[in-house]
Amino acid sequence: MSPERKVRILIAKPGLDGHDRGAKVISRGFRDAGFEVIYTGLHQTPEQIVAAAIQEDVDGIGLSSLAGAHDYLFPKVIELLKERGAEDIVVFGGGIIPEEDMPALTQCGVKAIFTPGTPIDEAVKWVREKIKPRK
Amino acid sequence: MTELLKEDQLKRVEEDKKRWIENLSKILCETPERLSHFTTLSGLEIKGIYTPEDTQNIDYSRDIGFPGIHPFTRGIQPSMYRGRLWTMRMFSGLGGPEETNERFRYLLDHGETGLSIAFHYPTLMGYDSDSPMARGEIGKCGVAIDTLRDMEILFEGIPLDKVTTSMTINPPASILLAMYIVVAEKQGVNKGQIGGTIQNDMLKEFIAQKTFMLPPKPSLRIIVDTIEYCTKEVPRWNTISISGYHIREAGATAVQELAFTLADGIAYIEAARERGLDVDDFTPRLSFFFDSHIDFFEEIAKFRAARRIWAKIMRERFMAKNPRSWMLRFHTQTAGCSLTAQQPFNNVVRTAYEALAAVLGGTQSLHTNSLDETYAIPTEEAATIALRTQQVLAEETGVTNTIDPLAGSYFIEALTNQMEEHAWEYIRKIDEMGGMVAAIELGFPQAEIAESAYKYQKQIDSGEKVIVGVNKYATDHPPITIWRMKPEIEERQLRRLREVKQMRNNSKVKECLYQIRKASQDGENLMPHLIDAVRQYATIQEICDVWRDVFGQYSDPGYF
Repeated sequence: MSPERKVRILIAKPGLDGHDRGAKVISRGFRDAGFEVIYTGLHQTPEQIVAAAIQEDVDGIGLSSLAGAHDYLFPKVIELLKERGAEDIVVFGGGIIPEEDMPALTQCGVKAIFTPGTPIDEAVKWVREKIKPRK
Repeated sequence: MTELLKEDQLKRVEEDKKRWIENLSKILCETPERLSHFTTLSGLEIKGIYTPEDTQNIDYSRDIGFPGIHPFTRGIQPSMYRGRLWTMRMFSGLGGPEETNERFRYLLDHGETGLSIAFHYPTLMGYDSDSPMARGEIGKCGVAIDTLRDMEILFEGIPLDKVTTSMTINPPASILLAMYIVVAEKQGVNKGQIGGTIQNDMLKEFIAQKTFMLPPKPSLRIIVDTIEYCTKEVPRWNTISISGYHIREAGATAVQELAFTLADGIAYIEAARERGLDVDDFTPRLSFFFDSHIDFFEEIAKFRAARRIWAKIMRERFMAKNPRSWMLRFHTQTAGCSLTAQQPFNNVVRTAYEALAAVLGGTQSLHTNSLDETYAIPTEEAATIALRTQQVLAEETGVTNTIDPLAGSYFIEALTNQMEEHAWEYIRKIDEMGGMVAAIELGFPQAEIAESAYKYQKQIDSGEKVIVGVNKYATDHPPITIWRMKPEIEERQLRRLREVKQMRNNSKVKECLYQIRKASQDGENLMPHLIDAVRQYATIQEICDVWRDVFGQYSDPGYF
């Protein structure tokens, strides 16, 4: 694969949460920053998200959650990635995630959590530093 | 307002203004204005001063008039808050029906005057708590309701002939209404006596809130079933709460919120008329729901413009004869999206300003957000402060003493006109597309909102729009205590659902579900069948699965 390949990011909305304003804004922000962005749309199961990530051969998955189910859904996505041998896909998250939930998410392998008020550029910068096109 | 100012007076104003501008120009050479241009939060250009010139085309009787009289710019009731205060209706739902019942009673004890139910996501989407789709979601974003048993617990000790209840529920709205009717019946309250609202506004779900289940057309059909049924059988029930709130929260501008909401209203009326219903029979029971965002005057202008546009739509477009059909009654919620996770106590201040705008805009009921809502469902303490914010407004500030006190302000009247003009442009555009259903299928409102949301975020990121504590005056703040769901609530909910399924008469449930399937296919009104089914403790998902099977499912096209 050419080293100049763009970073491919899947922005995903797991669970029944309907708040997609942030997911859409970040999808556009990432696209404008030069990443290739695939947005799953709403109401995806962890299985659907992992299947899409593998099929689209993405380098990172950004999970958006504003309805409190992150503590079940985020670890589930990571567990399924491991099962499918795709644990090199970097998982990060955003939305309404209470501070006290962060250690558990970090421990299970979520690499960053972007909470309300994060400028788009900050997330872009993080992706540039931490996510490289997979070989 | 030419009758207030004679021609020669207007000329004098013009001359005085010229002098003011000359004087101002000199001053601006030394100390320029803070910004190169001033706009509302939604981007409407705002001038430094408004004068009688800006309102000279207004005809007082035609455009402003009196409260309770067409076009209702000043309010829908003749006495407004001098007669009765707005209903203080706090959106509540947490954990299971037991916890929510406790919160309802607490709020009523503390002066709340109406109930408003927040359901958890599985209920909103037509799934039961034992569905794999509900994993991790039970009781978190609202109350878990699976069967009539849960609704019985939810309203224990709350007489349904004494209180009105609003339910934020959409795809399964008719099922929840059926449950409410049966709970009332079991309390000895006839369905003719109950009052309340189901949101039941599917069009804005496709546009913004995104709790959708069936495609637009069958969704509309079920909505019209509820309108048809309630018009005859539950006359005090508001059959749809046509909602701009979620459109705004998804990132729309004030004008887009206004225009898309009213265009949704037009689509519902057209659908009900196709069924053969008479506008004057059912439109008095359509209600509206708007956001009150942080730009104070823009919001007030929006509320006033909404009433005036709707009055025109109803009288001129739909030829309604009943003055009640012309009235836009609305609920308001302060803007969740204006609140910040940073320095959360500032949210109390934001909410207070937004509540004031809603009241000066003439709202019929109000929910004030709690300071902790950027983290979780409000704690009892935070919800109490939010309720007290309304009570201070109602009983201390004096803003309720006279009706529509900002009327006649050159700025407010000019801004109200501006709102109206821009909203009409959108409504015409949507008409040209073939109405709101067609516009949604084209992705038009969705794309417009996504565009506005992105633009707004860029303005915040660049500092062009200030959010205190976020992009200016940012400091660390100590964490606040937030509400957490106890894990035993989930177990209790699942256990109860299992027990209900064992105890009920399963062959009767099966028969009821068959009748729902048949009525869904034949086009017969579903409401009587839903009431029969919930009385037998059919679950929400059992009914919704029939619909998903008969009508198919809508999936998110994922525009961004």
